[in-house]
This record gives sequence, C-alpha cells and structure tokens, in this order.
Amino acid sequence: MSRAFDMKDFRLLSETRFEKKPIHRGYAMRTMHLDVGARTMREKPVSEEMKARFTGGKGFGLRLLWDGTKPETRWDDPENEIVVAMGPVCGNTNYPGSGKSLVVSLSPMTGVPIDSNVGGYFGPYLKFGGWDALELQGKADVETIVFIDNVEGFVRFYESPAGLQEDTHLLADELTRAFAGSGASDDPTELQAISVISAGRGADHSPMGVLNFSLYDRRRDGIRVKQAGRGGIGTVLRNKKIRAVVVRYKGVGQNSNDAADPAAVQRLGLKLHREIVQNDDKQCKMRRQGTAHLMEVMNDYDLLPTKNHKYGQDPRGPELASWVWEKLFSQHLPDGCWFGCTMACAHAVDGFELQTGPYKGQKVCVDGPEYETAAGVGSNLYVYEPEGILELNFYCDTYGIDTISFGTMTGFLMECWELGVLTPERTDGIDLSWGNWKGAAQILHDLADGKRFGVLAGKGVKFLSEYFASEYGADARLMKDIALHGKGLEQSEYISKESLAQQGGYYLTNKGPQHDEAWLIFMDMVNNKLPTFEAKAEALHYFPMFRTWFGLQGLCKLPWNDVEPADNAKWPESNKVPEHVHNYIALYKAITGNDLDWDGLIRQSERVYNFQRAFNVRQGHGRREEDYPPYRAMGPVLEDEYLAREERYDKQMLEKIGVDPAGKSVAERIRITREYRQKQYDSLIDAVFKRRGWTPQGTPTPEHLKEIGMDLPEVLEVVRKRL
Amino acid sequence: MIKYLKMDASKCVGCMSCVSACSQAYAKEDNPAKARIQVLGLGSGRFQLVACDQECRRCVAECPVQAISVNKQGVVTIDKRLCVGCLACVAVCPTGAMRYYPAEPTPFKCVACGVCVKACPTGALEIAEKEDSDASRFPFEAIEAVRGRDDTGGQS
Repeated sequence: MSRAFDMKDFRLLSETRFEKKPIHRGYAMRTMHLDVGARTMREKPVSEEMKARFTGGKGFGLRLLWDGTKPETRWDDPENEIVVAMGPVCGNTNYPGSGKSLVVSLSPMTGVPIDSNVGGYFGPYLKFGGWDALELQGKADVETIVFIDNVEGFVRFYESPAGLQEDTHLLADELTRAFAGSGASDDPTELQAISVISAGRGADHSPMGVLNFSLYDRRRDGIRVKQAGRGGIGTVLRNKKIRAVVVRYKGVGQNSNDAADPAAVQRLGLKLHREIVQNDDKQCKMRRQGTAHLMEVMNDYDLLPTKNHKYGQDPRGPELASWVWEKLFSQHLPDGCWFGCTMACAHAVDGFELQTGPYKGQKVCVDGPEYETAAGVGSNLYVYEPEGILELNFYCDTYGIDTISFGTMTGFLMECWELGVLTPERTDGIDLSWGNWKGAAQILHDLADGKRFGVLAGKGVKFLSEYFASEYGADARLMKDIALHGKGLEQSEYISKESLAQQGGYYLTNKGPQHDEAWLIFMDMVNNKLPTFEAKAEALHYFPMFRTWFGLQGLCKLPWNDVEPADNAKWPESNKVPEHVHNYIALYKAITGNDLDWDGLIRQSERVYNFQRAFNVRQGHGRREEDYPPYRAMGPVLEDEYLAREERYDKQMLEKIGVDPAGKSVAERIRITREYRQKQYDSLIDAVFKRRGWTPQGTPTPEHLKEIGMDLPEVLEVVRKRL
Repeated sequence: MIKYLKMDASKCVGCMSCVSACSQAYAKEDNPAKARIQVLGLGSGRFQLVACDQECRRCVAECPVQAISVNKQGVVTIDKRLCVGCLACVAVCPTGAMRYYPAEPTPFKCVACGVCVKACPTGALEIAEKEDSDASRFPFEAIEAVRGRDDTGGQS
C-alpha cells in the first residue's frame, strides 16, 4: 500500500500535552478521560481502593462507566462512554496471550453494559504511555480523529480529512501510514508503533457495529484487525462521530510492566512457550488452524449450528473442516495478535479474490475465519463454500459488523424465508434460500450503504422477530422461539439444546449470550460430569468467575485450555487445567508483587461480576425474566426438528421425563419435552442464583456483597431498591 | 552461503576456554551462563558442544517483531533495539543454542565471530561455510509467497 495522507495536513482542533508516566508493577495508577465534544483531555488518578476492589481491565472499565453515566443514560446519549482498559498483566511479552484489552460501554443492543475483549497492539501501546484505561465521552460535531502520542506525550483532536476511506481495511492502513513517526514515516518500526481503533460504515446503520483494533504486520507490510466484536461498541463510536482513535508507542520491552520479579515472568512465559511448541500439534493445532480446528469436532457431536441452530450436524459439515482452512491459510509463519504469543492463532487468507461488492475482483487479506465466523456465516446459513465464508468474513470486518450477530441474524432471516414470512417483495428481491451466501453478502452491502432491506435486517433478531409478527402477521410465538438472542444480543455459535448447563452458560450472563463466560457442553453433555443442579450451579459459578479474571488482567483465555500440559488429565478437576491456573497466579504475583491464591483469584472476579449485575439493575434491567433463552436454544421448536432427532427425544421422554411417547403425536411430544425442559431451566436458575449469592429475582444480596468486599454504598443503594 | 561455527566434539577436552573467551567478549565477565557456546559434560571425558548452526532458522520464523534476521554472510543475528524479549525464539530452538539470562531483557546466540576458535587449544572449533538448504530458505520463501514480491532481503 502507498501513503495517501500525512497527519500534518489534517486540521488540528485541539492539543493537550501530558507527562509520560512509567508503569510500576503493572499499573500506571492513572487513567485518561477524553471529552470528544469539548475536545479536552484530563488525567484521573487511580486510587489504591479502586485497584484493590476492581483489580484492572474490565473492573476499571465498569467502575469508570458507572461513574460517567446515570441510571437513565441511553447508549446514544453523549455521556455514554467507551472505556478501553488493560489490566496489570496486559502487555507483558513473555506469557502467551497477554495483549488483550477490555472495552465496555452501554450497549445499543441490550441497554446494559457490554464488555468485549480484543487483541491488537492498541491496549498495550496505550498502557505503556502510563494509562490504565481510556474513557471516551461526549459527542463531536465534526468527524473526528483522536491521536494519542505516547512517544511525544500529547493528545490531539483532528478533523477527519475529506477523501479518507471509511472501510476498515483501507482506513486503518491510511491512518497507520499518515501517523507513523508522528508524520508519514515509511520506517517499518514507526509503522509498527501505530495502532488504530475504528468502526465501519456498517456501524452507521446497525446496532451490531464492532470496534476494529489494528496491528501493523511487518511481514505483510499491511494492516490486520482484531475485533471488540460483541454488543455494538462500534455503533457507539460512530454515534460519537469518532472516525478513529490512533495511538503511538515505541519501545516495548521484556519488562515494560516493571514487574516485581521479571525473571519469574520470563520463566513462566518460557514454560508455556515450550508447552505450546511441543503439544499444540498433538492437541488443538492452534498454531496451524486457529479456532477453526473446532469445526469437525462440533459437527461430529451435533453441536455445529446448522440452519439457524435448528440442527447441530450435517453430512456436508466436513466440507468446512479444519484441514480445509489449514490449506487456505497462507504464510505458514506464526501469526499472533500481540508480541510473544506463541499460540499465534490469528491466521489469515492472503490474496483472496472478492466476488461481490465494491471491491469485487480485488485481491485482499482476510483475517480469519475463526470458529465463530466459520460456523455463524457458514454452516448456520447452510453455506459450505469456504469462499462464501471468506467473502462474508472480509466484508463484515471491513464494514465493521460483528460476524456472530450477523451470522445469527442472517440464519434467522433465512429460516423466515423458508417459513414464508419473508418473500422477495419484503427483502427487496434478495433471495435468502439456505446456502445463498451471495444473498447474505447483498444484505451486508446494503447495510453498509444504509439502504434497502439491509437497514431493516441490521437491526438484529430481537427487533426483527417482533417486527415480523406485528407487520407481516408472522406467528409471534414462533418468531420469539427461533430468534436466538438474550437481552437483545445474538447468541454465539454453539448448539446448546442438549446441555442445560450451557443454556445457563449462555443466558445466565450479565451481558447476553456469548462464549466468553462458560463453555460447559463437553463437561455436561458429553462427559456427564455435572449430573445435579448443584453441580451445574457450581460450574456456572466457578467458570464465569474464573474466565472473568482474564478480562481483569488483560489476558486471552485461549492459552488457558486450548493447550494443556501433557499430563493434565491425571490431575483432579482437570477441566480447570490446574497447572495453568497456578501459572496465572504466579504470573500475577510476579508482575504486581501482590499475594494471591486460587480463592483470591475467584474473589477478584466475583467483586466485578456482582458489580456488573448491580449495574444492570441500576439501568433498569438485571431481572430474572431477562435471563431465559428462546426455546430454539433449549429444544426442538418445529416438528421436522423433532423428527430429525426423534429417537433421542423419545428416549429422553421415556427415561428422563417418565412419559411413554408411544402413540403420541409429534406436537404432543414437542409440548411435553418443552414443558419438561423449561421446568429444568427454572430449577437451574434457582440453583445458580443461590450459588452466586443472588435473590431468586437475580439481585445480589447486601450480605453477599459485604462478604465479597463489594458493599460500596452506591451499589447497596441500587440493590436495596430491588429487594 | 551460511557462515557457521563448525564443532568437532571428539577433539574437545572440556577446558572451557571457548566459553570463557565468548562470555568475556560479549558479557564482559567469565560466566558460562552468558556464553554463546556451551560445553556440556557427558561423562567419561566426553563433551557435547552447543552453538547455533545458523541454518534451521526457526527463530527467524518465530520472532513476532522480526528482530531476528540473517545477515549477508548467512548468520542469524538479533537486533536488540527491536527485540521485545518474549523468548519465543528460546522455546523453538531445537538445540538450546538460543539462550537468555534471568531478568536480562534480550536473548543471545552465537554469531560465528570466531573468538572461541582462537581460544580453543585442540582445534575442535572452526569457522566454516555451508550451502543454503530448504530449512534456511523457509522463512523468506513463506513471506515472499504472501507478499507476492521479492523484497525480503538479507539472503546471501
């Protein structure tokens, strides 16, 4: 790529200078607040109390968001914030998976805080200028570019220049080159010192807009992007009229965190590097296939979403197997999203020729696909052509649209097409037959252009299911049953029907159904290790808390269990990967110098998790009735759906429900199954809420908040109103 | 061509002269843990010599910041200004020739300078040359394939 702009030509709107501050034991002890409306920057100190209670990352993000907003704040109010927060472990280069930042905001999809974790260089570069978090608040009156120069020590607001590209793969590239070296340097080291947050055109017209975090790939001399994908934070960025946030930092080193024990950080990192290098080929093959290694496994176990999660398997499943992707991924060299991550799962397909849209005929680099994308816009749409998946992956990324929400939403639309709810008249002529990825691509192009059916489709399945019932006379209950969302957020891409624990993993969550908190399908359904409600509840306490901890620290969860010590299976509770948990505890201690044990780790998360629940309550949500799945996520909705797994469902009816299915109509058997499963889910909620220290309505009790050290007056005030 | 340190362990008597000379030259102290060549005792007066063969290039492929490159003589070198100290190179090195010292920011390795050759009293060491191989070419060919142009540089 060649350079089209030089930052020096941009119109400067304001500048604030700051003192760079070295990190001490993982913390800067200050945060940066930017008001994009007033174009001002101010520093906020981080108190010891905030550090002790909220730890960092997502904890800091939620604390700042709470303080910056009010109970009546909506996602598009100026006071809504986007907070990017890193955590004490973030940015170390030794331990694989240490480059994550957490982004929080009031979500346009759910109305409650969303938190989304993301790789790329932005978080660590922001941190090493001396910042534990960045708050973006206010609304700009002109298209704005924010530039944080952590080398020179200033923040500048620029007016976005005319002619700047809007699609991410071009925009991030143009801005990286314009800002390199604080003014259009061609030096690769300067290019690598830039990272850009941007949204896309899609976010201008849909609540499912992502934030793209860029990294400059020296080998490709090009831009790669990683997504803070869930919950529509890109839509918030565009609503604030921010075109991009650019950060610059140089000089990342082995001990940029000023660890208490840098040699221990090296030792722990090297141990895991070696484990990955030795075991990955025999285990998950993340280094060669990334998360796409899951495709055939999920299809084999009837868990790969197929036709809007109606089925979990198809004979065509193997057409999207890991070995197909491995062949397509180019550059067989490690592709990580942060320095020192030897798991290096961020694969890409280079030189891919597009078949549709504004870049038709061009050869591009497609970041991915990862599992969720391959499943969401692949099998879930009955698309088994890898080139269709790559095309949708590319355009979702460059338009800034969440591939998961888009996949689940399009699956819903295609099922509505099959059911006759949608017709060519209602889709502006787009054919949404199963497998027609070009129809899906057309929705995406229209969505980016803000025209035709794409605008309606992009509103997401919660809106669409209600709209189709009220406007098109579709069966309201059926629409509700097959619209896969919780709280307004589309479900991610695993079939949860046969695992009650996973239904809880998806829907007993603060932010909506994602795969970040708990993945219990194998433990529950395949290995039957969670036979009782109490066992399920314990897992639905432990795993969400444990996994929340990654987000407090700036860590990626993949190196936790996508590689395991060779002898992991012989240890008790092997599904917790105990040796890795001990690594994390030692890593936290080595960097921060603070003491920690396994219970203390869970306690750090419990505080933040309960604070987030109380935050939902403050915003008028966080009620039990918001934590139920649509029935498609729990069991068979339609007759052909039941009949496709008739033997399984009949057997369950006889053995688990104690009703003989013989002689009963399919409709009756569906009803009996449904009643049983819904009752089971109700019992699950009771057990989980109890284990989490919440009332049966889902409100954290004051006693529990006191016990975990989250009995702040403002939190108690909120929960007491609900008791 | 690849310039490298050719080692004949059968001539080694374990005197550690090479190790001392190397660590003095690069770390300004006589410390075997900081030497770019290692002499490992195997018992019965036999020794194993460990130093980079300059050919496998796995560290070049692995380095996330491209701080490890190959110079005009075919020698693998680390640019300390670019290195972020992640130690991924140490993990992928199949012979243990890529080393680090606790709490020091960057790893180190043999660059076939010949200091140890001069110090060796038995002629066990020499600086030699060998042809490029599939392994030595791999990282560069992989990049060329993706970039679609030949500007990866550094190859002799």
